[in-house]
Amino acid sequence: MSQPLVDIRNLKIGATVYPPGENPKKIEIVHGVSFTLEKGKVLGLIGESGAGKSTIGLATLGYGRGGVELTGGEVHVNGRDILAMSDRDLRKLRGPEVTYVAQSAAASFNPAKQIMEQVTEAAIKHKLCSKSEAEARAVELFRKLGLPNPETFGSRYPHQVSGGQLQRAMTALALCPQPDLVVFDEPTTALDVTTQIDVLKAIKDAIRDTGVAALYITHDLAVVAQVSDEIMVLRHGNMVEHGTTDQIINHPREEYTQALVSVRSIEHEEKAPTPEPVLKVEQITARYKGLNFDVLKDVNVELHPGQTLAVVGESGSGKSTLARVITGLLPPREGKINFAGRSLSSDFKGRTREDLRELQMIYQMADVAMNPRQTVGTIIGRPLEFYFGLKGAEKQKRIVELLDEIEMGEKFIDRYPAELSGGQKQRVCIARALAAKPKMIICDEVTSALDPLVADGILKLLLELQKIEDVAYLFITHDLATVRAIADSIAVMYQGEVVRYGPKSQVLAPPFDDYTDLLLSSVPEMKLGWLEDVIAHRKMESAGN
Amino acid sequence: MSKIPLSALIGLIITGTYFLGAIFAGVIAPYGMAEVVGDVWEPSSPEHWLGTDQIGRDLLTRIIYGGQTTIFIATAATILSFTTGSVLGFLAAVFGGWIDQVMSRLVDLFMSIPSLILALVILSSIEATVLTLIVIMGLLDSTRVYRLARAVAVDISVMDYVEAARLRGEKFGWIIFREILPNALSPLVAEMGLRFIFMVLFISTLSFLGIGVQPPLADWGGIVKENKDGINFGIGAALYPAIAIATLAISVNLVADWILNRTTSLKGGRG
Repeated sequence: MSQPLVDIRNLKIGATVYPPGENPKKIEIVHGVSFTLEKGKVLGLIGESGAGKSTIGLATLGYGRGGVELTGGEVHVNGRDILAMSDRDLRKLRGPEVTYVAQSAAASFNPAKQIMEQVTEAAIKHKLCSKSEAEARAVELFRKLGLPNPETFGSRYPHQVSGGQLQRAMTALALCPQPDLVVFDEPTTALDVTTQIDVLKAIKDAIRDTGVAALYITHDLAVVAQVSDEIMVLRHGNMVEHGTTDQIINHPREEYTQALVSVRSIEHEEKAPTPEPVLKVEQITARYKGLNFDVLKDVNVELHPGQTLAVVGESGSGKSTLARVITGLLPPREGKINFAGRSLSSDFKGRTREDLRELQMIYQMADVAMNPRQTVGTIIGRPLEFYFGLKGAEKQKRIVELLDEIEMGEKFIDRYPAELSGGQKQRVCIARALAAKPKMIICDEVTSALDPLVADGILKLLLELQKIEDVAYLFITHDLATVRAIADSIAVMYQGEVVRYGPKSQVLAPPFDDYTDLLLSSVPEMKLGWLEDVIAHRKMESAGN
Repeated sequence: MSKIPLSALIGLIITGTYFLGAIFAGVIAPYGMAEVVGDVWEPSSPEHWLGTDQIGRDLLTRIIYGGQTTIFIATAATILSFTTGSVLGFLAAVFGGWIDQVMSRLVDLFMSIPSLILALVILSSIEATVLTLIVIMGLLDSTRVYRLARAVAVDISVMDYVEAARLRGEKFGWIIFREILPNALSPLVAEMGLRFIFMVLFISTLSFLGIGVQPPLADWGGIVKENKDGINFGIGAALYPAIAIATLAISVNLVADWILNRTTSLKGGRG
């Protein structure tokens, strides 16, 4: 074999951080990572947030984003050390040789320019070909990527196409200058599962057909297993394990890789419905002010004490709206809500303190769900004081008990939210909800902003607490793996309607309706060849196309 | 708090000096405020460091006492304007709906009239005492603070933690003072510095026009007015209070900038 396309040797990357109230300091975020990539091969870089995977990806373009500096090592692309290059030479490298696909296509495209202009820009600017040739190439790529009406697709503006299409247009943008290497930085993370699968297939086919090499960066091992030849697992800026996809998925050597592979393997015994549901949602129809269509249409669900009802669906299916209706933030147009045997006022302002106490909520973004200027003690202590009138030592004692329940402990009591990790923040939010001794907690995508291992910990904690406190969960999520792990019953939502509802064992057993089949089959599985299997066998196209 | 930039340090020192001078005016002033101690417009001498004014009073004494009046009125008016403006702004943000509409349109109405002209009209019909000046300036300026407080609070009141507090059943008092205020404080405090400067300029303008602080009491604007004719004879007495106004304005601004910088760069942390 001749020289590899990419040869990274002992790459070190540093960054300057600005802790509030302290002097800026330099830290190292990647501590000497090395790998090579041959022409036409795909290497998956995987790790949780802060592992340094995106930073390494950008280093192959000789770029450090936002105060990031490449401090040591060598990055060879096509035999040249690009860290020694001038900015001018680097610009010649970016486009003709290396291109980049960002996570959010919606934020990366210029909304004021047509897609074609942006897709062909690199090829034309670098004088790789004429305008008409570049446009012909782009149309060919649109066709390969399965975009509708490839001839005219380019004349649309970014807001006129769906998120999944835009992500594919971005792939076309990266492939148009015919580079040797494309860096994919979480290209499907922001998409719904049913859309993700099509984009993934399109990317995979495009890589195969054009023979380009790729670095595929993601936190989702099941996704990367579908597209890459080799996988490198990163953690805290160090390489954990590097091997072929088959070896990493089927015979992981390191403990951390094993944990990643076996994530979401929580087993949960389904509980039988009780005669008295704690929550009964009857014929709810709701719309937002100023919209002329219903976001929820005739929704009926029940939740039993001490059990979990999972509400699943894609973005826009109305699942979060259902939570807003139940909490009383959005009074419905029709229908009623029964809670703990009594009828709930449709507006939360009309509810008694007891109603409010017994129905708590945990949010998706723990960051903004806690007042940044209150300590953990204040955040958890307020419901104790507010609902139960606890004060002084008694309140303190209960706060410590709650901190122990969420496996954090007394030392966190005086910390501010900014001093906690993502998982710890969500734990504090759970403690705040529990402090009210509720009968039911609405969990709105509580794990979707977290890394897989951290999310796993939160799910385990929630299940454990359910046993102790006998609290019911209404669990809103788009992630079916989470549903399998914790639900007793499931409601599948699609375009504002509940299309399938019942105990978990029934909902997840065939025969399926078309939408549930699509949703279930779209969840990436930790096995090779899964993608092709699914595409070949499914009954319905996803709505995101 | 590890390091204060040089510019802010200079600002702090000058501002501090002026405030100390204002507080201890009676102790440090070499002569009585309205005491005639020399000839008209004497040049500076060991007895009178800055010379004397148009009727022979010690200019340094006048400026020290004038600073006391200016700073006292400006501070009191700023506090009044901030209390009214931010409380009303927060209320509008939290209640929303027609309460917000009525208050905001009323404020728009007041802001559409230049405040100097409005103040002139009001002061021509009522007597200008220190109290009326403070009330008029404070209330006129509170419309500006209202806009800022409302804008800041509207952003905060849609945060999940405020929603969580509402769903807990918290009353408006808690939501405004415990959830919103601590998070709105940094931009408001920085704005307070700027508004204080505008107050200093405003009271100086009014006094210069003769409808502000009335003699024998003096403020810096008034002293400029009293001594402005001296400029025709090459006598710089009017410049000293003018310099005092300018340096106070700049030094407070330096401090306000520093506070704003410190607090806007924080990422969900505490300033």
